[in-house]
Amino acid sequence: MEELDCEPAITWIPGVNSKKKQMCFDWGPGEMLLCETSFSKKVDTSEKVPSCPFIYIVRKDVDVYSQILRKLFNESHGIFIGLQRIEEELTGKSRKAQLVRVSKNYRSVIRACMEEMHQVAIAAKDPASGRQFSSQVSILSAMELIWNLCEILFIEVAPAGPLLLHLLDWVRLHVCEVDSLSADVLGSENPSKHESFWNLVTVLVLQGRLDEARQMLSKEADANPSCASMCRILGDLMRTMPILSPGNTQTLTELELKWQHWREECERHLQDSTFAASPRLEALCKIMLGDEATLLEHKELLSNWYHFLVTRLLYSNPTVKPIDLHFYAQSSLDMFLGGESSPEPLDNILMAAFEFDIHQVIKECSIALSNWWFVAHLTDLLDHCRLLQSHNLYFGSNMREFLLLEYASGLFAHHSLWQLGVDYFDYCPELGRVSLELHIERIPLNTEQKALKVLRICEQRQMTEQVRSICKILAMKAVRNNRLGSALSWSIRAKDAAFATLVSDRFLRDYCERGCFSDLDLIDNLGPAMMLSDRLTFLVYHSAGISPDLLFLKVCL
Amino acid sequence: MEEIYAKFVSQKISKTRWRPVPSGSLQTAETFATGSWDNEENCVSLWSIGDFGNLDSDGGFEGDHQLLCDIRHHGDVMDLQFFDQERIVAASSTGCVTVFLHHPNNQTLSVNQQWPAAHHHTGPGSPSYSSAPCTGIVCDNPEIVTVGEDGRINLFRVDHKEAVRTIDNADSSTLHAVTFLRTPEIVTVNSIGQLKIWDFRQQGSEPCQILSLTGDRVPLHCVDRHPNQQHVVATGGQDGMLSIWDVRQGTMPVSLLKAHEAEMWEVHFHPSNPDHLFTCSEDGSLWHWDASTNGPEKSSLFYQGGRSSTFLSHSISNQASVHQSLISSWLSTDPAKDRIEITSLLPSRTLSVNSLDVLGPCLVCGTDAEAIYVTRQLFS
Repeated sequence: MEELDCEPAITWIPGVNSKKKQMCFDWGPGEMLLCETSFSKKVDTSEKVPSCPFIYIVRKDVDVYSQILRKLFNESHGIFIGLQRIEEELTGKSRKAQLVRVSKNYRSVIRACMEEMHQVAIAAKDPASGRQFSSQVSILSAMELIWNLCEILFIEVAPAGPLLLHLLDWVRLHVCEVDSLSADVLGSENPSKHESFWNLVTVLVLQGRLDEARQMLSKEADANPSCASMCRILGDLMRTMPILSPGNTQTLTELELKWQHWREECERHLQDSTFAASPRLEALCKIMLGDEATLLEHKELLSNWYHFLVTRLLYSNPTVKPIDLHFYAQSSLDMFLGGESSPEPLDNILMAAFEFDIHQVIKECSIALSNWWFVAHLTDLLDHCRLLQSHNLYFGSNMREFLLLEYASGLFAHHSLWQLGVDYFDYCPELGRVSLELHIERIPLNTEQKALKVLRICEQRQMTEQVRSICKILAMKAVRNNRLGSALSWSIRAKDAAFATLVSDRFLRDYCERGCFSDLDLIDNLGPAMMLSDRLTFLVYHSAGISPDLLFLKVCL
Repeated sequence: MEEIYAKFVSQKISKTRWRPVPSGSLQTAETFATGSWDNEENCVSLWSIGDFGNLDSDGGFEGDHQLLCDIRHHGDVMDLQFFDQERIVAASSTGCVTVFLHHPNNQTLSVNQQWPAAHHHTGPGSPSYSSAPCTGIVCDNPEIVTVGEDGRINLFRVDHKEAVRTIDNADSSTLHAVTFLRTPEIVTVNSIGQLKIWDFRQQGSEPCQILSLTGDRVPLHCVDRHPNQQHVVATGGQDGMLSIWDVRQGTMPVSLLKAHEAEMWEVHFHPSNPDHLFTCSEDGSLWHWDASTNGPEKSSLFYQGGRSSTFLSHSISNQASVHQSLISSWLSTDPAKDRIEITSLLPSRTLSVNSLDVLGPCLVCGTDAEAIYVTRQLFS
């Protein structure tokens, strides 16, 4: 066993005085039952402290009970099933495109959840729950960030060139204050005089949105004729920056050459002090040359190290190869944090992704997140991309199956989401079936309709033992409630001759006690089912009062 | 059948019902009620699909359904019916039947009346009281008929505290559904595959007619009566089979149609276009059965005798053929002649579709995947 990564968290149980009394507990599938015992800790206690009369259920996974996250579980279940079903059809070139589409589906579901939770957080009446929802939103946002990066690096497998474009999109999607800032500034009467104007222009350049930055500059040029020529020159530089566009057919080498050439032009302007009169414009030019010191001066605008990384790459090495990413990533992280703070779990996860260490990504995510949903679905998708080596874990199954089993078991602990869990077990080839067999027998059946659904699940998977045992339980309940027709119908479904005999005995006993048959219509109309048990046949025969030959005919019709 | 909107609602839906539109009005369906099941706290909710002009706050589209109000319901919602414009009756797995009242002014629901022990195995008086789920309801203002797992049939009237009539042990197995045949007559289906017709005018606790399939006694789960032909009844069974019965003739179904791969939970004739039938099932599909024969077919029946005929012809043979083609394509014993077109309405297979309802051009259904699907263009 590995060592613990951190100290275990302490959970205080309300009402239990753990200083005076001992607690006892028992593990369940996803929860723990706990109560106070009457054994006291100290040997001699003169005062009798009243014990807490409650039994507590301690749940680790509270996410399963969130109303909004339930939508995530249900929608992603549909996507998961769809992915497993199209697996056979996924061949050749379209395979990658299909897998990317599945990945985007998952991400859009996360985003939809995030939006909804955000709305709820805003509308929350008390600040505590508002904070809780907001922290959930940031967790979902982090999940989507990680998933998006994994999609770019592992599923899309973008080569040098398009890689940077994808990373730019990634950053633009997740650092989204730009849009509200832009709306603010443009909406004001005098945009170039707005206090955040230069911040906005800088952020646009940092994100590589040079067209929009150029438009901003032209507004500044209009308002401030003295720096109009400088703005124009800088705007030209922005316009002419060579960038790989998706449909472009130029090779990487060509792009690299053009880009070097453009860079030299920017250098020249700097050397000639073209922008000396406006320190802001000069700073922009330095950013466009990828000057790290200038970039780091705008830490608040960058807001995180991966934005810094992407901007650095954009302006100093746009044709970066995927395998070189992690050098830049590590140095960006170090430079951005500057030794003041240590990396957070999210940073470690992203770094592991840049290093193409999938297992590390999954391991770190499993530790950091409280619910198995994310790692289970991501690992399954990566497994379909054939990226996971099938190294076995301690307990015989591979990582994908392990995570799916954990996730599905968590679903079974929920009173309602167990139905989703069934399908996940179906796609775990080694331990799925046996896990399902164990779990499905423990679902409480309070109505016949629920029992029918469970039985249908068992029958579809040829789990005859479970069908038998469930039907027997229901038949016993029916007999106890004097619903002999129901009891018979359950024993017929289970093809349980022994039970059919039991029910017939009850009918006969009733007859002996009352002198007439109750429920004659049931016995009369059994049809071939009455052959299930000798006693039953006798019962039908006797109640009908007809000769054996006619009885034979009756059975056959 | 183009646009079907799906919305995930964080609860497994057991029943969906359109609110009836006032007769004679030109309105289309706008509001529907849903009941949930298998939650620690179930609820009955009202939803609206009215046009909203703009996108609302969470980006829903115009056709998206919005929650109006909901109220906690104790136990699973086993069946749901609109009693009238404002009142909804709900059947619970705890054996309780509740009438909810909707207040449109402040958009709330409240409990109007309740019969807490409508269904039970042993009575509330005895020490070993055990409740039984109430499995089906049907309403016909002012009467409500309920059936349950205890094999009991209750006849309630709103504003009467006690049941007007109770038939104890009406069936030795579970009664799954009930519907009205003609007003004092109801038909029930049970878990040993029998249709029983009961007449409340008669005393005693025997049905006046029993119909069943020979062969395997497959449990029947749902029943619906043809809106115009009161003797035509459709049932759905545990093996997904759709059966059409003529209660005037014999004890066996008129046609058996192999339909779904698992239990058929609900069957509905379209109230104004009864040539259309809808079924939904545990296998996750919802089917639209279209038995309306097209033009040339119909006229060929008229021209049978070799003479031109109109609807007003008085000749007997012609009348018979008109009679046959007009009455019900469902009763035809020749499936080759009357082609039934079957369309699956849901875009992809999902978990069980538990319930559906149709009104005019609108259809709503609810699934175990916690989604509600609505379409307003059934016949496009």
